[in-house]
Formats: sequence, C-alpha cells, structure tokens
Amino acid sequence: MAEAVARFVPDGATVAMGAGLEALIPFAAGHELIRQRRRDLELVGPISDALFDQLIGAGCVRRVTAAWLGNVSEGLGHCYRRACEHGVPRSLEVHDHSNFSISLALWAAAWNVPSLPTRTLLGSDIVRTNLDLAEADGLVHVSAVRPDVAIVHAQRADEHGRAHLWGPLGITEEAGLAAERVIVTCEQLVDAGVTLSDPNRILFPETKVVAVVHEPGGAHPSPVQGFFKRDHAFYRDYAQRSRSVEGFEGWLREWVLATPDRTTYLERIDADALRVKQPRPSAPADFGVE
Amino acid sequence: MVAVASREIRDGDLVFVGMRLPILAYAVARNSHAPTARGLFEVGLMRDQPASGFLGTMGDPPNVAGALWATRMSNAMALMARGDVDLGFIGGAEVDRFGNLNTSYVGDPARPQVKLPGSGGGADIAILSRRWVTLMSHERRRLVERVSYVTSPGHGDGTPGWRRGRGLLGGGPVAIITTLAVLRFPEDGGEAFLASVHPGHSVEEVREHTGWELRVAEGAGETPTPTEAELAAIRRFDPEGFWTRGQSA
Repeated sequence: MAEAVARFVPDGATVAMGAGLEALIPFAAGHELIRQRRRDLELVGPISDALFDQLIGAGCVRRVTAAWLGNVSEGLGHCYRRACEHGVPRSLEVHDHSNFSISLALWAAAWNVPSLPTRTLLGSDIVRTNLDLAEADGLVHVSAVRPDVAIVHAQRADEHGRAHLWGPLGITEEAGLAAERVIVTCEQLVDAGVTLSDPNRILFPETKVVAVVHEPGGAHPSPVQGFFKRDHAFYRDYAQRSRSVEGFEGWLREWVLATPDRTTYLERIDADALRVKQPRPSAPADFGVE
Repeated sequence: MVAVASREIRDGDLVFVGMRLPILAYAVARNSHAPTARGLFEVGLMRDQPASGFLGTMGDPPNVAGALWATRMSNAMALMARGDVDLGFIGGAEVDRFGNLNTSYVGDPARPQVKLPGSGGGADIAILSRRWVTLMSHERRRLVERVSYVTSPGHGDGTPGWRRGRGLLGGGPVAIITTLAVLRFPEDGGEAFLASVHPGHSVEEVREHTGWELRVAEGAGETPTPTEAELAAIRRFDPEGFWTRGQSA
C-alpha cells in the first residue's frame, strides 16, 4: 500500500475515492495518504462516508468535488465543517454537486467530452455556486471532472489488475474510466483463472490499473458485500470524537498516525464479529463455447 | 410520522427511498396498503420487500442480498430522469413555505456559518421524481419563510406553474410531514398550508412552531391515528425503536 500510494498519488493530485457511496470505501488507502502527509489533494466522490472528513481534518485536502460530505449514519462531518467555516486546519474549496451530476461529470471525462447536459439541478442554487455547472438552453451542462487517479476497493482481483466488484456500484465505473489510472485494493488476491472465468464482472480493463494491493479489511468500517458488515459503532465513535479538534487529533493518532499498517489496525478491532459468516453465492454463469 | 409518511405511497408506486424514516415508511406501506410498490436506492438497488436486517446505510449488505436489481447509480438515475419514479423522500435541514429545501449552507456560501453535508441525491429527487415528500422535525428554525440557499427546489418563488416554467420534470413537493402536522401544497405549486394536525397537538401549537404565517386549510382536522397493521409493521421493521424512538408513530 505504501508503495502504491507513494508512486501514484503525488501532492496536488485529483483523487476519486469512495465511489461506491457507503460500501467499499478504501479507508486503508486514505489512511496511508494521511501517514505519508500528502498535501493539496482534490477529492472527488459522491458521498464517501467519513473518509473525506478524515482526510480534510488531517490537512491533506485543497478542494472537494462531491455531492455530500459527512457521516452517513451519524450526520454532519465535523472536520468538513471546521474547514469550511473556520479554515481549520486549512481552508477548503468546495465544488458542490448532486449524486447525478457528479456521475455525469465523471462520464464526461470518461468519454473525453467537455461537458454533458442534464435536466437535473435546474432550479437549484448548486448551479449558481459551482462554476463547473452552467445553465443554457433549458439544460444544465456539467463540466468533466478528470481524476488523476481512482482508488477502488474490490472483493477480489488478480495480479494483472482485473478486479471483481459486486453489490451496488455507485459511481465506481465512471470514476475508474474517467481517471488516468486506477489503484485497486482488494480482500482477496486470486488467480487470473478466477477473474477471467467471469469477464462481465471485471469492472475496468487491466490497461487502466497501475497497482493492485492485497489489503484484507481495507474498507473497514464500510461494508464489503460477502466479506464485512458495516461497523456502525466505529462511525459513531468517530463522529463523537471528531466534534473537537483535540478529539479528532486523538482519534487520528490512535487509528492512523500511530498505526503503521492495516494488519496492525485489524488487530485492534473485532474483525471476526464483523465478518460475514453466512455465504449466499450467486449461480455461476456459463461461458461455454463450442 | 412514519405511518403518516407511509400513506403517501400508493400501491404500484416506484419509490425513491432515502435512509432513516423513509425506509421504514416504505416498509410499512409495502406491508399494509401498497403490497406491489417497489423501492429504488440511489446507490444502485431496487427492492420489493425491505431488508430484514438493520440498516445503517442503504449500502449495507442486507439491503443488497435479495435485491431485484443491483447496478450503478447512473442507471437508477436513468429511471428517474425518464419520469419513472412516482414518489421520492428527501430529508433536509430547512424547508420554506414553497417547499424549497436547504441542505448545503447556512449563511453566505463563500463564508458559511454552517456547512451542511450537501445534496446527495436530494436535488435529483426534487427535480426529477413525479412527486415528493419531506419529513422534518417541526421547529421554527427548520420551517422557515425562505431558505437562504435552495439545494433541492420545491415550488421556487411560489408562483403557480413555476416548476413547469423552469423546465423541472417532476411535480415537486406534495407534502411536508412533520412531528406535529401534515402540510400540503396546492396542485400547481405555491405555498404550503396546514392539512391536518397530529393527535395531541393543536393548530396554535403548529403555527407557533412555523416560521411563516401558516395558512390553515378549510376542514383541516386531525391526522388519522396509525392503524393496527401500520403499527405492527413499524414494530416488525424497527423492533428496537432505533429510528422511531421518541416519536409518535
């Protein structure tokens, strides 16, 4: 993880993360960005439950382009509020979107066009305050948002970068296709035989993926279908402790700065209690040929 | 509040479900008067029966297992963009007399007093679903004369036909359901009026807690109490009272 982040996410990069909304959020990668003291990032995502709040609180972020930023089950993002209201730990530029318009902004980049038109956001002040949006001819034109890198957590991937994701996908697909490059973190590192047995489930072509990191539990506390439940209590604890700067700094020391890697992190949570124990496999698809 | 919200769902409706109370309202409707309704979640899911396990978010594994469709968000939005979503639920920090919602900024957006989390899918539902409802705690600071920032447009400046004139696809808000009352809107937009008061509360109390001179509909009465079937469904889907604690059904 440390190597992937060091090589592919420089200071000032535009990074799409948490594109699955509440599931499959690459927290381990985000925490590594904080440990490496990355600065001036632009974060791109729809909701990215609590992760963006942590990166903002840690001072890594210059701009956010997002539809919603907070803690989904607990409400407001306290670091986000402090940054917007008081410039603590630094001021933040906000490009507000709706869920639909952030998706369109990424599809525009994926298709390499300047913008895409839509009916959503007509009559909303978001068009007035986000200069990436413009109204003309009765439509809202959403400018392309081009991430340098998308970081995606997947259930499984092979060493060539072919990742299988399942469950609701949010805007993961367009985030990956819009980005210059994709970093995949995964629960299971599998043989190519597994991924290629179901090419429909491979979300991005291997040509987009520059790094695969085997990082089990790398999405905790967010859920991973088939692997981990959501750790509601962890989100609650984060919400309470991040209410003050001191509380947040204590939380950050405990869970990020003084925790060298994900293996150490997982030893400190009750990972077994969160693991999904009842399998519910889908029927295999037959890709047979004559 | 949940039972009242559930009655907004008609049988056969495709409902864009939010989190918290709307998801429970959907569960109640599906198991009482709307057995063929379907729920659509912006994360990229369609369901018939609500998930049996507790949900902290719509992306939780129990909401995915047994879904009718698991897909990408832009596909869920495609249904709404074509006008296929009958009803949406939107939460908000503030709503005004014309049903406009603010979930973005209190104060100047360039230097906000309070930065709220933002639209999420709220603005999309407000603009594209055929009709929508918002649920809110009934407080003067939440039901305001005019919101300072319109995240999710309702009936705009209150002029009848405002939405049509602005090119908004859906019909806009039909009700504001609060902890004290149900407020409704005229057919072609305009200003919210008091339609019914929940049992145990009075018109005066509602007006006192509303940030504008609330008009009272002729014949405004008491909100019907929850039926046995509605109560049974609430108990079934929220057995611990996680979402409904401290609120009347």
